[in-house]
Amino acid sequence: MTTTRAVEPWTLEPLRRFVAEAGARLALLTTPAGQVIAQHGFTRAVDVMAAAALGAAIAASTAEINRMLDEPKFRALTHQGVRHGIFLANFETPRGSMLALVVYGAGSSIGLVQLFMEDLVRELAAAAPVREAQPRTVLAADFERDLNQSLASLFGREI
Amino acid sequence: MRAGLRAALDSITRIRGVHGAVLVAADDGLIVAEALMEGVRGNAVAALAASLYQRFLRATEAAGVQRPEFLHLQASQGSLLVVPAPSGVLIVAVAAADINVGLARLEMIRAAEAFA
Repeated sequence: MTTTRAVEPWTLEPLRRFVAEAGARLALLTTPAGQVIAQHGFTRAVDVMAAAALGAAIAASTAEINRMLDEPKFRALTHQGVRHGIFLANFETPRGSMLALVVYGAGSSIGLVQLFMEDLVRELAAAAPVREAQPRTVLAADFERDLNQSLASLFGREI
Repeated sequence: MRAGLRAALDSITRIRGVHGAVLVAADDGLIVAEALMEGVRGNAVAALAASLYQRFLRATEAAGVQRPEFLHLQASQGSLLVVPAPSGVLIVAVAAADINVGLARLEMIRAAEAFA
């Protein structure tokens, strides 16, 4: 059984609705740096980490090409494969920029994914808690612990 | 918009009771061309009508009766009509409940043949 899990609980219900409506097989919400916020459909931590890193790298390199062309910010990319499509989008929430990486199969379409992505962005904006006045400083020493906690949240077990 | 696409849409939207028409890529659910009344979400109509068509296609193929040639979804306050063109484009019309369905079907099939 595929499950949807979130490090940031306020993203869980919007992501669940998106996955159900868009018919996504895999979905991953991350920060632009690749820090995982929520996921659906992944069964192994290593796959989540790889997908998050690759999604962030694709978004960063596309954003850089946009910058060279004096284009506005990177918004979305689509790859249509033979059996699967991949959709990568960058959007703003009250808690900052996010990336959504979505893999869909023959039961869905890019039109559906784009359509329900609009709803997901709206729902995340509505669900986002007010930002803390003093954002927590991320220390290098905390990174591994935070990463392990995130993976434990995403897979519901100790990593 | 290419003249051929415009002509195909015009032939459908000039029927009384048609609120708009969209040409949709059947596999992707993306809009190819549209002529819709303000307030109708073209991208939503395109994506959901294509999804609906694909599901009916699976059902009719499973039943051994090949692909659907005309879908008429009658809602409480209007209708959604879909005709597939051989090129992989769907012709979708949003219409009033009291539309002359036969005439709309005829025009949509003509438009589909023009895409062949």
